[in-house]
Amino acid sequence: MTGRSTPPATGGARVEVVGLSAAYGRTPVLEEVRLTVEPGGWTAVIGPNGSGKSTLLRSVLGFHRHEGLVRIDGVPTTGMPRRERARHLAYAPQRPVVPDGVTTGEYVILGRTPHRSLLAAPRSVDRRVVAEVMERLELTGLTDRLLSTLSGGEQQRAVLARALAQQPRVLLLDEPTAALDLGHAQQVLDLVDLLRRQDGLTVLSTLHDLSLAGQYADRLAMLSRGRVVAEGRPAEVLTAPALQAHYGARAQVVPGPHGPAVLPLRAPG
Amino acid sequence: MTATTRSGRAPAGAAPGRAGRRGVLVLGGAVLALTLAALAGVWVGALPLPPGAVVATLLDRALGPLGVEVDGGLDATGAAVLLQLRLPRVVLAALVGAGLAVAGAAYQGVFRNPLADPYLLGAAAGAGLGATLVIAYAPGASLGPVGVVPLAAFVGALVGVGAALALGTAAGGSHSATLLLAGVAVASFLAAAQTLVQQQNTDDLREVYGWLLGQLGRAQWSDVVLVLPYLGPACLVLLVCGRALDVLAVGDDEAGSLGVLPGRLRLLVLLAASLATASAVAVSGLIGFVGLVVPHIVRRLVGGSYARVLPVALVTGGAFLVLADLVARVVLAPAELPIGVVTAFIGAPFFAGLLWLGARRR
Repeated sequence: MTGRSTPPATGGARVEVVGLSAAYGRTPVLEEVRLTVEPGGWTAVIGPNGSGKSTLLRSVLGFHRHEGLVRIDGVPTTGMPRRERARHLAYAPQRPVVPDGVTTGEYVILGRTPHRSLLAAPRSVDRRVVAEVMERLELTGLTDRLLSTLSGGEQQRAVLARALAQQPRVLLLDEPTAALDLGHAQQVLDLVDLLRRQDGLTVLSTLHDLSLAGQYADRLAMLSRGRVVAEGRPAEVLTAPALQAHYGARAQVVPGPHGPAVLPLRAPG
Repeated sequence: MTATTRSGRAPAGAAPGRAGRRGVLVLGGAVLALTLAALAGVWVGALPLPPGAVVATLLDRALGPLGVEVDGGLDATGAAVLLQLRLPRVVLAALVGAGLAVAGAAYQGVFRNPLADPYLLGAAAGAGLGATLVIAYAPGASLGPVGVVPLAAFVGALVGVGAALALGTAAGGSHSATLLLAGVAVASFLAAAQTLVQQQNTDDLREVYGWLLGQLGRAQWSDVVLVLPYLGPACLVLLVCGRALDVLAVGDDEAGSLGVLPGRLRLLVLLAASLATASAVAVSGLIGFVGLVVPHIVRRLVGGSYARVLPVALVTGGAFLVLADLVARVVLAPAELPIGVVTAFIGAPFFAGLLWLGARRR
């Protein structure tokens, strides 16, 4: 039951999604999705509302029934015990549940769950990992504060800290900036990028803000009606015709120093 | 990695730290409160039994087999009152209170709802129906030393919860909203059946009513023996599940991403909590408020982590019910109030005061 004391994440893993199909009831949501994220890469899944972005992440995590395969460094996750999967994949949902009366320190140490027995108190290695992660994410001063009293940006950092305390090889982030204003959104994405560069973590995220997706991710996968309709470097995927075709949007794609940004245009006349 | 250790913030700064120490302190306080409540519980009555003599008598009994004699104990009558009347009653009150409080806290954790209480899934309605059926159709029946009413209540409670769980699981897997709705459906049905039986047998109304309001007046050691084999293991399972409930508190998906199976954990905790509730209800009737209020008070003292809330609620619930039973015996002596009335009478204003204080602090 006690997790073997896994060494700190040694770089990211390759994530392969092969022929993944999923449905809600009889309504198909994902059809034959194929996607590869290289170790240390950051792929952002974009696409209009209802295109299946969140379902894709939840299927990769095994929360949603699906057909097809997910492989981590070549090992299929099907049949992998939950705890072992949790040592590879960490997940931050779009709307994290903030439990009542729980301090930031208590919340972050939940990330150690896959590595320790729930029957005993946290070991010193668990406390050390949590202390390091919180120091890195500048949360140390908030250790004894109730999570529910933190600001949206601080809460998002706490969620990231919990995911990092898992010492995963892949970070799955569902709309990590959904509840944040522009400045805080940039801070969180800068942080994710920094962690990715320092630890070599693989990141697979959904991002509905196309300009942020274009600036931060090194690859984009555009989903439309459950299918990957474009995949590649941001400049290849973010094109005005693609936005017109799949979003029904009028927009101009503006090249920037770190990737393209999308400028919405109002209807002429 | 070494940088953090050198910076002096140290591992101890992370994780439970201050809250954990506070939890241990509060747990100590709760144990003290339970001890004092128990001493007061055996002391007060038509024949006062002073604590010193009580302790001496108990020590004498306990150490007797080892050949040690302790002087200063009670006389024969006092000892009989202590051992046959007061002590089983206090012990039973502590067990029932502990079981209801820890089950209530567990229900609140599983449903992530501070208003959940251990009667939510049909345990109360099932027990009520079982007891009413026996009182109406088989009064005075007994199986060996144990009356049939507790057994019928116990079975009724388990049938109620079992039906709710089966219905909920069949209807929507392990989602908490579906389970809650199933519980509401089962509870209303069983309550309606109970009312029907009661209306057909109005002669027994008083006895049925007395049972529903909760009573410990007829507590005997046989009740303790009846409860303990179920209550003990159930509480143990719940205490062990505390840390897992903390993981469940962050949501099903996130618990899953941390390697916990939310559906299985929820079922295990619900079964254990319901077993604790059913055994408590069987010997005491329906004592309201304990399962709701005690966990709340405890949460205010030690924070929201179930690893701390559950053990503290267990002890505090025991102390609370021993005190409530004492009040029930004393207020209208020699008559007795139903203990359910007392728990609500003490509990509700106390709780309202806490809410008010909490609101002012903000």
